[in-house]
Amino acid sequence: MIETSMTWNDLLFMLQGAGKTLLITLWAVAGGTLLGTGFGLVRAAGPLWITLPLAFFLDILRSVPLLIQFILANSFQAIAGLGAPPFLVACTVLGLYTAAYCTEIVRGGVLAVPQTTRRAARSLGLTYTQDLTNIVFPLALRVALPSWIGLTLGVMKDSALVLWIGIIELLRSSQIIVTRIQEPLFVLMIAGLIYFLISFPISRIGAHLERKWREDD
Amino acid sequence: MFNYTFHWRPALRALPQMLEGALVTIEIAVLSIILGAAIAIALALASGSPNRLLRGAAATWVETARNTPALFQIYMAYFGLGSIGIFLDSYLALLAGITFNNAGYLAETFRGGLRAIPSTQTRAGRSLGLGALATFRLIVLPQLFRIVFYPMSNQIVWAILMTSLGVIVGLNTDLTGVTQELNVRTFRTFEYFALAAVIYYFITKLVTGSARLAAWRLFKY
Repeated sequence: MIETSMTWNDLLFMLQGAGKTLLITLWAVAGGTLLGTGFGLVRAAGPLWITLPLAFFLDILRSVPLLIQFILANSFQAIAGLGAPPFLVACTVLGLYTAAYCTEIVRGGVLAVPQTTRRAARSLGLTYTQDLTNIVFPLALRVALPSWIGLTLGVMKDSALVLWIGIIELLRSSQIIVTRIQEPLFVLMIAGLIYFLISFPISRIGAHLERKWREDD
Repeated sequence: MFNYTFHWRPALRALPQMLEGALVTIEIAVLSIILGAAIAIALALASGSPNRLLRGAAATWVETARNTPALFQIYMAYFGLGSIGIFLDSYLALLAGITFNNAGYLAETFRGGLRAIPSTQTRAGRSLGLGALATFRLIVLPQLFRIVFYPMSNQIVWAILMTSLGVIVGLNTDLTGVTQELNVRTFRTFEYFALAAVIYYFITKLVTGSARLAAWRLFKY
């Protein structure tokens, strides 16, 4: 058996951190997906005067390091005197970041639905909303879901950066334990294992769906 | 509206310092991509080899790199390796972490690329009298390069963005590190980091722009 001074309480502390990681991911992905779906539909079919500024704004979110986005948002809310707790800042920034990527995924999915299919739906008498919900979404989902799963996992991993603005998530909690018991390799390996156990099965499902739903079959 | 006065002048005065930091950022990103791509080719070849041990090692590397946070990988290089007597400073730890990550992601890209090149190409090369290595270098690699060009330019952008994590393990020479150094001296957090964000934006635009230009020049036909 490996000699370690890590206790069960420490492991529990890390699992609580993992819970925080999952909670932040959940909020960010839920908000980001809603926002990203809206933006994606606009990006796919909206008028130019709105798609261009939107694309520019979302591109900024994808071109600036996430860490700096956290720092900027956190100091900005302090300047504006909002007094928002770090958790809210973390979820907001990560949510916008998710939306930036989700927009492109949704846009790609919607554009992958052939124009003729949509016209056929409209000429059969379906309204625009019916066309969207009954024709476009089911078809776009096949293209978009595997990338969306990848995005969700990416956000889960990137949520580790919120430790900089003072949230104790999985990685930060393991760092705290390392500081106390001085066994970095062992503790970090457990943290890595937890991340791996969350991420690996879901990424496998994503890869499976991607193979199963490949366009040419 | 705000009970705060923005002071942009000190931030602008620090611009030369920050641009020097940006050079270090680019240096780390370039090194990590070159090393990462070299390792990734080896990993991609290993994952297709009949040797079970090689395949397992490659799969472990790739899955670890893809399923854990980049920051965790940098922590492993910085704190974790110290336990087994390998002490890296923050620069090397950051470089090692990002290289590990790049290699994992690029290996998947390369593997997909290698599969997309028909094996008949290799056979044709071999039957024309080329050696195995020459076939790989002259027939497979150029085609692979074309397929992986776009994913690879994305990975370069990712590598640039990832270098900002160096500050968490105490690096103070790259763009984020320099900015943080200025920040703790003056507490003008927003101004300095906003300027850093602008610089990062221009660096990534420069990379994607030149990649597009290079693709247009290289892949005309």
